[in-house]
Amino acid sequence: MTTQSPYVLRTQGVTKYFYDPEKFQVLKNIDLTVNKGEFLSLVGKSGCGKSTLMYVLSTMDTDYEGQLEIAGERLTGKKQNELAQFRNNHIGFVFQFHYLLPEFSALQNVMIPALKLGKYSNSEIEHRAIEKLTLLGMQEHSHKRTSKLSGGQQQRVAIARALINDPDIIMGDEPTGNLDSYNSNIVFDIFKELTSVFKQTIIAVTHDDEFAKKTDRVVEMSDGKITRG
Amino acid sequence: MNLNSYKLSFSIAWVHLVSKPKQTIIAMLGVTFGIGMFIALVSLMTGLNDFTEEITMTSSPDIHIYHDITEKRSSILEQINPEGFNWVHHQKPKNETSRLRNASQIIDLIRKDDRMIGVAPTLSSQVFYNYGSVQLNGLILGVEILEEDKLFDLQSKMKAGRLEDLLSYHEGIIMGSGIARKLNVKRGDRVVITTPQGFTRSLKVVGIFQIGIGTVDNVRSYANISMVQTILQQDQSYITDINIKVKDRHQAKGISRELQSKFIYKSEDWETANATMITGSNIRNIITYAVSFTLLIVAGFGIYNILNMTIYNKMKDIAILKAMGFAGKDVRTIFMIQSLAIGLVGGLIGLMVGFLLSYMIAQVPFDGGDIISLEHFPVNFKPKYYVIGIIFGVTTTAIAGYMPSRKAANVDPIEILRGQ
Repeated sequence: MTTQSPYVLRTQGVTKYFYDPEKFQVLKNIDLTVNKGEFLSLVGKSGCGKSTLMYVLSTMDTDYEGQLEIAGERLTGKKQNELAQFRNNHIGFVFQFHYLLPEFSALQNVMIPALKLGKYSNSEIEHRAIEKLTLLGMQEHSHKRTSKLSGGQQQRVAIARALINDPDIIMGDEPTGNLDSYNSNIVFDIFKELTSVFKQTIIAVTHDDEFAKKTDRVVEMSDGKITRG
Repeated sequence: MNLNSYKLSFSIAWVHLVSKPKQTIIAMLGVTFGIGMFIALVSLMTGLNDFTEEITMTSSPDIHIYHDITEKRSSILEQINPEGFNWVHHQKPKNETSRLRNASQIIDLIRKDDRMIGVAPTLSSQVFYNYGSVQLNGLILGVEILEEDKLFDLQSKMKAGRLEDLLSYHEGIIMGSGIARKLNVKRGDRVVITTPQGFTRSLKVVGIFQIGIGTVDNVRSYANISMVQTILQQDQSYITDINIKVKDRHQAKGISRELQSKFIYKSEDWETANATMITGSNIRNIITYAVSFTLLIVAGFGIYNILNMTIYNKMKDIAILKAMGFAGKDVRTIFMIQSLAIGLVGGLIGLMVGFLLSYMIAQVPFDGGDIISLEHFPVNFKPKYYVIGIIFGVTTTAIAGYMPSRKAANVDPIEILRGQ
C-alpha cells in the first residue's frame, strides 16, 4: 500500500448509462475520493444509483465512462482477469445475503480468497484465518458448516473472509440489511473497530439511517449525483 | 494460473461433487453404461469378425492363380476384323483344359520373390465317395502337403493322424471331418472314390482334419498330387491351381495384379474372393460404432443437463467466487474438473463393466452346428478397445461439460449479487 497518498480510492467523472428498456443515465459525473481509514456510508433513495456506483467501485462493473483508481492503481480499461486478480488482492466484500459457500466450513470460507491469492503457505493461511475469526468472536464455530450458522454469525464469517487478504478497502452492499438490530449493532461495532484500530477503509451502501449516522462520512446520492458529502 | 489455484479449484469441484452424491452417481452411471456397452459390443463384434476372418483365411489363400476357362474372350471375328461391326451371338468357352502351362516354372519364379511365404501347387477334381450303394459328392485336392501346411496351418487342424503320413503313404488320403463322419470311416479305413470320368480308386484314410467350416469339412479331402494326377489320368506336369501366401496380407491385391499381368492366368486375391465376408465385417463395425457413439452421446447429454443444473444452483457461489477474485477461467476449471472427473471415474467403471459383460458373453455356449465349429461366442479382449473406450468417454464428457462450464465462466456477478 502506498502510504504517501492520503486517499485509497478516487473516481473522476464516472458516468454510466443503462440501456434497457431505454437509455437512462444512472451515474452523472461522479467525483469521489475516499481516504485511508475512512468509514464511509453511501446513502440515498432506491434507484438513486448508490448500488450501481458501488459496483463500479468494486471493479466488477466495467461498463462506465470516467476514471477509477484504487490503491494508486488506475483500473479503468483493465481486463476482467486482471481485475479479478486485483479484487482478490485489494478488495474485501460483505454482502447483504452473506454469500458464504454453504458446503464449506466457516474456516474454509475464510481461507478460500487467501488460497486463491497464494501469498502464504497453507498452514499460515489457516493460522491467519483463525486469527480473523477470533477477531470477530467466531473462533469456536470455525469448523461448522456455514449453512448451520445463524444470520449474524454468517455475516461475521463473511467479514472475516473480507479481511483475510488485508485488503485496502472493504465494500459492503447493505451489510446489515438482513440482520436484526442486535446483530446490526455487532456488525457496526466491528466495522467501527476495524476503521479506528486497524485503519481499515470501509465503504458501505446502506439505507439504514441509524447505521449511516454513526459512520465517519455520509455520502448522499440523488438522481445519479452526489448531493452531500 | 498457479498450482495452488488448481488445487483450490480441484477442492471446490470435489466438494461440489460429494455434496450432491446422487446427482454425481447418476451422471457417472450414464458414462459407465455407455462405455460398458461399447466395450461389450466391440468385444463381441470384433471377436466375431476376427473369427470369421480367421476361418475364411484358412479356407482361401492370399492369392489364387488359376486358368479361368470361362472368362470372356474376344471372338475370332473381332480379332480379324477389329474395326468392323461384329455380332457374335452367345459365344461359348473354348474346349481347353484348366491346366496351367509351365506351372513348375511359374512356381519357381514366385518362390524367388521374397514377399511370399509359401507357394503351393494344387490340382482338384470332383469325386464321388462311395459308401456302400450311396455315392456322396465331394472334392479331392492334390497337394504338396507340407507346402499346403505353410499356407493354411493344416497341422493344427488335424483331428487324427499326421500330415507326414500322406508323404510316406502314396495311396493315402486326409479327409474332412464332416465327410468322414458321413462315410463312417476312421483313420486306417479304406474308401473308394470315383471321378466323373468314371475312374475308380481305393484310398486309405491316413488322417482326418477339421477346418471349422461345414462347406469345407463336408466335401474336401487331400491327397498327393501324383495320386490325383493318376485319378484324372493326366501327366506329371498337370497342375490347375497355384495358391500363394504373402508376408503382408494387405499387399495381396497389388501383388496379385502384378502376377496376373506377368503370367496371363487369372490371379485372385483374398479380398476379392471374400468380398461378402469383408462387407459383412465392415457393416458390423459401422453398427458397433454407431450404437456405441449414440450411447455415449446420450450419456453426454446427461452430463450436460446435470452440470447445467449444478451451475444454476450454484449461481450465488459463482458470483461470490468472482467477486472474491476468481477469474472466469478459474470458474470454468472448477466445472470442467467436475465433468472430467465424472467422465473418468464413470469411464473406468464402464471399462470394468464392459470387461465383465464380455467375459460373461464369452462363457455363453454357442452351437455352430455343422456349419462352423464353435463352442462359445468368440470375444475379443484386446486392450486397444479399452483405450478407445476411455478416450471416447472422456472426450464426450469434456465436450458435454465445456458448454455449461463456459456459461458459468461468463456469469455476470453483479446480476446475481444485486438481484436478491
